[in-house]
Amino acid sequence: MTDIISYFPLILKGMLLTVEVALLSLIISFLLGMIGAVSKLSNNRLARSVAGIYTTIIRGIPDLVLMTIIFFGGQVLVNDLGEKLGWDYIDVSPMAAGVLTIGFIFGAYMTESFRGGILAVPQGEIEAGYAFGMNSKQVFLRVTFPAMVRHALPSFGNNWLVLTKTTALVSVIGLQDMVYNAGVAGGTTRKPFTFFCVVAFLFLIITGVSDLGMRWLDKRYSVGVRKA
Amino acid sequence: MTDSEPALRVEDLHKSFGSVKVLKGISLEAYEQDVISILGSSGSGKSTLLRCINLLETPTSGKVYVHGELIRMRDGRAGERQAEDRKQVERIRSKLAMVFQQFNLWAHMTVLQNVIEAPVHVLKIPKSEAIAQAEQLLERVGLYNHRDYYPAHMSGGQMQRAAIARALAMEPDMLLFDEPTSALDPELVGEVLKVMQSLAEEGRTMLVVTHEMGFARGVSNRVIFLDEGLVVEDGEPEAVFTHPESDRFKEFLSGTLD
Repeated sequence: MTDIISYFPLILKGMLLTVEVALLSLIISFLLGMIGAVSKLSNNRLARSVAGIYTTIIRGIPDLVLMTIIFFGGQVLVNDLGEKLGWDYIDVSPMAAGVLTIGFIFGAYMTESFRGGILAVPQGEIEAGYAFGMNSKQVFLRVTFPAMVRHALPSFGNNWLVLTKTTALVSVIGLQDMVYNAGVAGGTTRKPFTFFCVVAFLFLIITGVSDLGMRWLDKRYSVGVRKA
Repeated sequence: MTDSEPALRVEDLHKSFGSVKVLKGISLEAYEQDVISILGSSGSGKSTLLRCINLLETPTSGKVYVHGELIRMRDGRAGERQAEDRKQVERIRSKLAMVFQQFNLWAHMTVLQNVIEAPVHVLKIPKSEAIAQAEQLLERVGLYNHRDYYPAHMSGGQMQRAAIARALAMEPDMLLFDEPTSALDPELVGEVLKVMQSLAEEGRTMLVVTHEMGFARGVSNRVIFLDEGLVVEDGEPEAVFTHPESDRFKEFLSGTLD
């Protein structure tokens, strides 16, 4: 127990980093997912195929492999490029690599969630937008997006939970998240079981809070459809 | 209005979906305050005609003029026709308000929000002004007390009346009705027709695709009958109904009870 208390600040610090990585990745994956879904449903053949290649490749490669490729490969790539352009040596931070990789991976999953959501929006409502003189941006922001949220939310929530848990992988590239710190604490005190139980519990807290957030969002975007 | 240009002129309109020719050369003119009923069996192209007018469908060939202004079209890269100037299409659409068979109200908005949506975001009318106008319109279609309801909590007839209020809020030059009562329970049809009749009486220009013979005969001042993508009957309701020229329309009428 005293071990837990003395290492708890370290673990909590890691937890903050975990949440930070998760939220930043979420933003990136949200944006990529939105762009991906709109591209996949667009009339533009190039956009469709780029989005198709993106989701096929990303969803087909294990997260750990991708993270390693992007972290180490990205380092080499950036510096090869930097050498040609005369930059100084650039150290790709594990934080940036982690966030970008996770955001990139989950952007592919979000693409599919959002695509499903958009497809579930009644075509007639979109058409009504155009019929009343809206441009395509207005139709998307005023009609399609608010109407698709409800349909995309369950699968979005699912992705968010998996994303949160995937942040554990950043410990591999040396980021001191709560899994990494639990490893340190567990190693020093020789009580890995205890510390990983603590981490498991903390993950449950994060996902539990997320669940409440999802329920709130679901209620908010189901207004008028189901009785709240 | 004094302008001599018809409110709407359609010239030799053709529309194909793949190899299926739906419209095979339709020409018509509608003047201010005309209430034109477009009749025809399903598949005759009447909805497609209406949708070609506000370019929800792009005609394969032919011209559409709204108040003398030609909607410019060109050939796209894949050879399909498309609007040349999106801005022009958006502007014209905002003057031709449409009422759909399935209402197509925006489900995530209340009735009031539905009505003010396009006036605020397309016509850029100040929100308070749009709300005041919307409340008047909702009063008129008998939905003032339902203004904060969501579409899903209303009957079909109420939804369609809300959709009509939404169309009127655009202060349109012309109203396009695409089978506005076809999705309604028989007992709800009357409340929608009554609203449409009052609009006709106040001199609105209306194009109504419908199966309601009573409306076509009693309310509209002109009836057009389409068959297989062509106009086969066109004239004043009394004349068309009592002395149809085409066998096809006689056959069509014999299938309905009057």
